[in-house]
Amino acid sequence: MASDQKYFDEMFGHGTDARAPYADYCNWFHHEDTARLLAKSEEAEALFRLIGVTFNVYGDPDATERLIPFDLVPRIIAAREWAKVAKGIEQRVRALNAFLHDIYHRQEIVRAGRLPAEMIARNDAFLPEMIGVSPPGDIYTHIVGTDLVRTGDNEFFVLEDNARTPSGVSYMLENRETMLHMFPELFSKIKVQSVSQYPRSLRKSLGACAPDACSGRPTIAVLTPGIHNSAYYEHAFLADQMSAELVEGHDLRVVDGRVAMRTTKGYKPIDVLYRRVDDEYLDPLNFNPDSVLGVPGIMDVYRAGGITIANAPGTGIADDKAIYSYMPDIVEFYTGEKAILKNVPTHRCSEPEALKYVLDNLADLVVKEVHGSGGYGMLVGPAASKKEIEKFRAKLEASPGNYIAQPTLALSTVPILTDAGLAPRHVDLRPFVLVSPDRIDITPGGLTRVALTEGSLVVNSSQGGGTKDTWVLEE
Amino acid sequence: MMLGKTAGGLFWMFRYLERAENTARMIDAGLRISLTRSSAADSEWTSILSSTGLASAYEAAHGAPEGSKVIDFLLRDPNNPGSVMAGIEAARMNARVVRTALTREVWEAVNECYMVLKRLLARPIEDRDLPRVLQVIRQRSAFVRGALHGTMVRNDIYNFARIGTFYERADNTARIIDQKYYILLPSVRLVGSPSDNVQWDTILRATSTTRAYQTLHDGDVDPRAIARFLILDGRLPRSLAFCYGKINDNLGYLEKEYGTRHTCQSLADALCSKFRSHDMNAIFDYGLHEFISDFLRDSATLGRQIEIDYRFIE
Amino acid sequence: MRLKIHHKTHYTYDAPVPYGLQQIRLRPKSRPGQVVEDWDINVTGGEVEVSFEDEHANAVDLVSFTPGQSEIEITCTGTVDIEDRAGIVGPQGGYVPLWLFRRSTPLTKAGVRVRALIDAAPQDGAAVDRLHALSALVLEAVPYSTDQAASDLSAEDVMEAGHGVCQDHAHVFITAARALGFPARYVSGYLMMNDRVDQDASHAWAEAHIENLGWVGFDISNGISPDARYVRVATALDYRGAAPISGLRYGNAAEDMSVILQVQQQ
Repeated sequence: MASDQKYFDEMFGHGTDARAPYADYCNWFHHEDTARLLAKSEEAEALFRLIGVTFNVYGDPDATERLIPFDLVPRIIAAREWAKVAKGIEQRVRALNAFLHDIYHRQEIVRAGRLPAEMIARNDAFLPEMIGVSPPGDIYTHIVGTDLVRTGDNEFFVLEDNARTPSGVSYMLENRETMLHMFPELFSKIKVQSVSQYPRSLRKSLGACAPDACSGRPTIAVLTPGIHNSAYYEHAFLADQMSAELVEGHDLRVVDGRVAMRTTKGYKPIDVLYRRVDDEYLDPLNFNPDSVLGVPGIMDVYRAGGITIANAPGTGIADDKAIYSYMPDIVEFYTGEKAILKNVPTHRCSEPEALKYVLDNLADLVVKEVHGSGGYGMLVGPAASKKEIEKFRAKLEASPGNYIAQPTLALSTVPILTDAGLAPRHVDLRPFVLVSPDRIDITPGGLTRVALTEGSLVVNSSQGGGTKDTWVLEE
Repeated sequence: MMLGKTAGGLFWMFRYLERAENTARMIDAGLRISLTRSSAADSEWTSILSSTGLASAYEAAHGAPEGSKVIDFLLRDPNNPGSVMAGIEAARMNARVVRTALTREVWEAVNECYMVLKRLLARPIEDRDLPRVLQVIRQRSAFVRGALHGTMVRNDIYNFARIGTFYERADNTARIIDQKYYILLPSVRLVGSPSDNVQWDTILRATSTTRAYQTLHDGDVDPRAIARFLILDGRLPRSLAFCYGKINDNLGYLEKEYGTRHTCQSLADALCSKFRSHDMNAIFDYGLHEFISDFLRDSATLGRQIEIDYRFIE
Repeated sequence: MRLKIHHKTHYTYDAPVPYGLQQIRLRPKSRPGQVVEDWDINVTGGEVEVSFEDEHANAVDLVSFTPGQSEIEITCTGTVDIEDRAGIVGPQGGYVPLWLFRRSTPLTKAGVRVRALIDAAPQDGAAVDRLHALSALVLEAVPYSTDQAASDLSAEDVMEAGHGVCQDHAHVFITAARALGFPARYVSGYLMMNDRVDQDASHAWAEAHIENLGWVGFDISNGISPDARYVRVATALDYRGAAPISGLRYGNAAEDMSVILQVQQQ
């Protein structure tokens, strides 16, 4: 396969020979029969279906359970490349937690003039109910997914900090299980750093954040919106792997000053709740009164120190796209160091000069909604038609404050297996980070998402993206 | 100890599985009769619909019972929440809710059962394919049972699964008897030609006990013996005595594990004692219909009590 | 002035309530100008699950209904010493940034009518005078009247109704003060009315933040700033955040409430 010169291909660089981390894999691949591999692909799909690694699509009654396509060519990262990325992530996650503590206390960063007050004041993600709350270990975001993209040999950029409830870790784990199952011989040839410790680390990390009210071994539960949620499989998977209970709002209520779950032997208090329910629905007594997914009074118990909620409510203020543009300052303010990982240069359309630039260069930019997610409501300039650009221009002019714009990055590619052999496709990476009072755990690798359509830069599973196993090689 | 919801989910998952299997068994019995005695078939379909409790739903949608329509209705009609397919779907949905309580093997067996049947029952089944389809249903549910027996720890999780199974099975057997009690009365022997009674055949087939009955009774078809067999014979896994013995055992294990005796244990004990006498004459004296009606009422009470005692819901 | 307060709120339901919670903001705190000598909350038909401070540093008790109850009663008894400080409460403490008090909430959103009132308010002069003038304008537009059927009206709804109670006055005032550039908040508390021991209900007023002075209280309904007869209990952006009792319950039992409130000088 000859690589496209325009983009950095992680397997072949800009040339035709395999880069070092891929050497052993390519060697193996050349001796494989493509037909056998394609058959393995189908085998993998059947396996995912049987296990039920599916996600639900809203509003599509006939296809409520879908598979995220899995490509069996792994993405491979050298140990030394990873070490630098991991260091950068750790620094960033530390800063995120310090920022969250500050924002819900004295707001020193605003007082110091490093962040305009309006960035917080006009932000729906700021949760007044969190003001003054110091959770155990001052950890607000316990589980973080820092989305990265790569543009060259040594060029990594942070695309987004997911500090609320990042999902996808079950795919990372199942992808590895599937690869081990299908290609055991590969793993005996190539030494890959393990990811399977994640659920154990998660349990330990959450347990270490138990509130003072906890006596003995912490009781951990995973709060899911229920079987119709798109990530239900992941919720059940993580609860199962951690030996924690998988609870829904109606299993819980406030009993004896604690949040307790209804068991066959009566109510039992929960120490740490790993919640996969959004802030708004978490507590009908304090937030949206119509929510049936939450637990009335949980915020009261939380403020009284009776339970740890992971991630803490109100962490959305840290991964907001408008705040994102200040991340280099935020990292520097709280760590005293320059940010190791780069931000993608970001134009805040709320600023008149930036808006003018963005409007003049729409065809070259990616424009995103500040509060959007999932790849909806965004414009990818280079891929858009004239008509689409003009339509978006009107939206942007109507409410510039709702948008930011970034240059289109030359996202790296990794080959996928097609009927015609290997073909390059754009990828991003979501590493998974666990924060506890005494350590930050970063699982080597993470979830690689791949845009399966040729040339496409959109990797979201809701928009036809797939996933790959991600290998970080042993030293 | 587990979530009350999980206990309820396990109970219902296995009730639904058992129910789907029982419905398949009844379709089998109906099919057999329509093949061998076409003149009696329509009325037998009526009684099969009645024992599944779906007669009025069927009638509202399709009118008079007619073999192929009844089969489709019971097997796969998306508008029939009591169909085999709906039962399997409900079992799988409950399995998803309680997934953390199941072994991977049990989950995969249920999921595969669902996937296979979903494909198989996507279109109406032709008569010639029906025996094979019914066989697949039996086989797939046997896989789930096998995975349960082979991989699950014998603890409260297992107990709730078993209670669900036997509760549904006893209910099913009781309803079949209730539907046909009049032909099991001792007086029936005086009229008609006993060994050729199509309805006895239906009862035995609907409970999959023809062969067992023949073996244990030396081929002598006798309504009183059939009644005793289905109600009191502790060797038959579908008899009321057997099912309630198991329910009682499993409630006993829960009592031991949790260290608490609830009302449901006393209710089950009382129900069980009715079968311990082994006295069919006493039942006939009391009235078979009355006995079964009492049983259905008491078993409903027990079901509600289990739900309360183990906090399935609040 | 030393005030003795006895406040009993009694709820009855026409059917047993299977589960319910009430958030109670009925614990005044000692602060400059206000010393709480003793204060006791007693709940029958329910129990206090947790006590905590909310983001505005209000003392909150979360009470759960005893399952199956059809009555619950909350009784507060206590003694509070108050100084007349001409309504001046002082600088903003705690972590809540002042800009939060300029946010509008569903109850304090300006519509056409409130905007007309804002336009009529004096745009210059000393801040205290401007706010007193605003207070008078509000009372003029919304005369005091207790025959309001609905509670929880928004400021704009209140203007449309054309009359209201202390809570309604506070909401209109807060909405307008924020629009004029003053951080403003809702205060719930007790007022000893000179002519009686038995009060109809607990009281509500507003506070606006004025540079160099800090928070200053305005009792719109009575046209004055709070004096030694006013006990501050809870503050928030609006009534919903400072309500003495707010709750949630399962089932569909209908609720009936009665209040006995005595405030007297000792």
